[in-house]
This record gives sequence, structure tokens and C-alpha cells, in this order.
Amino acid sequence: MDAAPSPEGELTVEIWRGGADGRFRTYRVPRRRNQTVLDAVTYVQRHIDPSLAYRFACRVGVCGSCAMTVNGAPRWTCRTRVERVARRGRVRVAPLRNLPIIRDLAVDMTPFFDKWARAKGHFVPSAAGTQGFAEVAPDSPERRAADAGVECIGCGICYAVCDVVAWNPDYVGPAALNRAWTLVNDVRDGDRAGHLAAAAAGAGCHACHSHQSCAEYCPTGLNPTASIAGLKRMAFVAALKGAP
Amino acid sequence: MNGRLELWLFVAQRISAAVLAPLVLVHIATMIYVVQGGLSAAEILSRTQGSLWWAGFYGLFVAAAAVHGAIGLRTIIREMAPWTGGSLRLAAGVAAGVAAGVFGLSILVLGFRAVGALT
Repeated sequence: MDAAPSPEGELTVEIWRGGADGRFRTYRVPRRRNQTVLDAVTYVQRHIDPSLAYRFACRVGVCGSCAMTVNGAPRWTCRTRVERVARRGRVRVAPLRNLPIIRDLAVDMTPFFDKWARAKGHFVPSAAGTQGFAEVAPDSPERRAADAGVECIGCGICYAVCDVVAWNPDYVGPAALNRAWTLVNDVRDGDRAGHLAAAAAGAGCHACHSHQSCAEYCPTGLNPTASIAGLKRMAFVAALKGAP
Repeated sequence: MNGRLELWLFVAQRISAAVLAPLVLVHIATMIYVVQGGLSAAEILSRTQGSLWWAGFYGLFVAAAAVHGAIGLRTIIREMAPWTGGSLRLAAGVAAGVAAGVFGLSILVLGFRAVGALT
């Protein structure tokens, strides 16, 4: 906060205040060099209105907790520079879409993680796992498929940007299905068929319309649409083979 | 949601799409070609009546379209109708299924009525 203000002067930041029936309020924040949207929000909270609720932790794009809607698109605010998104010196910051707003910029992530559990997005140890190291060939097709999706940090950006989540409240969403796909392909997992069955149940992978917004906006550069397509393919074949 | 229904609807949707894809191409190409001579029921019947090939072609077409259209319509209603998020969601989902089923049956009945005229 001690860095000299850049010559660009002030930034106008519109921030969502209140719950679902809240509104945007406007704040003026001094511009700084390399300023991120998170910096601007933090300035408002520390210098203008301490009642502003928002989340962050690592500030370096590792934890995923600072995801918000910036000028209509979901982003990690810590990795979003003001100079890249400001339009005529203005930035509009709102909470993530598709999740209940607790207050201001903080959303309730409970539905996101409940659906993660519904898609069985957790590793199931196998008996063999207790008897020594599992040997997994890094270039095997399964490991490659799992590797492609394994870097998800659960920030919720794909869930917020997904239109199917907005239209179908039961849809489990891209992150949970992407995680299920990594487990279906994890040869160490003790219940791969169970992961596939959970991902294909109800409004699971088959509810996806392949809009690919998740792939477009994932800050980690993952492609959940491809993972979901893999689940659809695998569930299709399993169904035709008479899997339970 | 009941677990396996969506999976089987997806399988039916994919298979009917695979069936429809070549049929639609032949249908459109034929239409573009024959419409040069004017489009009328008499013209169509003079060209296709008594042909087992065309009856089979459009019989398959109608069956696949009824399945594909009904499943697609069900999804559209379920996602786009204003009640999707409400407490009536379950009943509304069933209603969407019934409406789509009626739509599919209508296509079957009307379609096979037309196919029947070919034989």
C-alpha cells in the first residue's frame, strides 16, 4: 500500500453490496502500478468501508478463494490486473454467479461442494494401495487423461460461468465432473465404476451441452468439457455393455 | 432425479442422431433437386408412391425424429421453463416429460400416416 500512486489517478470501482437483492455501490480507489482487482477491493475494505465482505487467502493464484465476477466474467481477482480489465477507468466487481450470495462479494460455496460429493469426487483407496507403491506409467492413456484434469483447485469459476448450471439447478457442474473423470482414470482408485455411475446419474455428465464456457474461463487452463465428454463416452459404452 | 433415466435418454438421443444425420442429408438434397418441378402433394406422391425404398427411408426417419425431437424438447422445457428452480421442480419435470412424450407420439402418428400414403 506504500507504493507511489501511478500518474493515472483514480479508478472507479463498482462493488456489489448486500445479498441477492443488493445493488452496486461506487468507490474511488487510487491507481497503482501492477494493481490487481483484489488490490482495489482490499483498498475499499481497508480505507473506505470496513464492512465490505469478500474472500481471499494466497493472493498469488494458488488457493482460488478470491474468484469474483469482474466486468461480467468470472476471474481470480488476484491474477487480474486492473489495467487489463478497466474500461474508461471503471471496473465492476460482483459475486460469483450460480451460488447463493452470503453478503457483498462472498458467496456460499456449499452447493458447489455438495455436488462435488454427489458426483463422488473423492478418491477411494483400494486394498492394493496398502501393500506398497502403486506403479502408474506416466504415459498410459488413463494417466494422461487424469493428468489433463488433475490441477483443479476448486475455485468455482467454471461453475459460475456454466449456463447449464444456471438453467438446471440439479446439474452437478463442470468441476465435480472433471474431478470424477480424473478418478475414473486413476488406476489406484478402488471404485472406478462407482465414480462413473455417480457422474452419469441424474443431472450429471449427460446434462452438459458442451458450451465450453468452463474451458474458456478456467484460470488453470483445464478443459472440463473434454472431461465430461470422456465421461459421456465411457458411460455410453458401459450402458450398452449392460453395466449396472 | 432417478439415476439411469438421463443416461438412457442420452443413449437414445445419440443413436437417433446418428441415424438422422445421413437421412437428413439425403432428404434435403432430394428436396432441393425435386422442388425444381414445383412442390405439391401430387408431385411428391407421384415420385415416391409404391416405392418400398422411400417408405422404408421415411419410416426410419419418422421413428428417429420422434425419439430425437421428444428428448430434445423435454430438455429444452426443463431448462427454459420458468419453474425450473422452484419448489414445483419435480412435478414440472414430469410434466415436461409428458409434454415431450405427447409431442413424440404426435410425430409418430402424423409421420406414419404420411408414410402409409406411400404404400
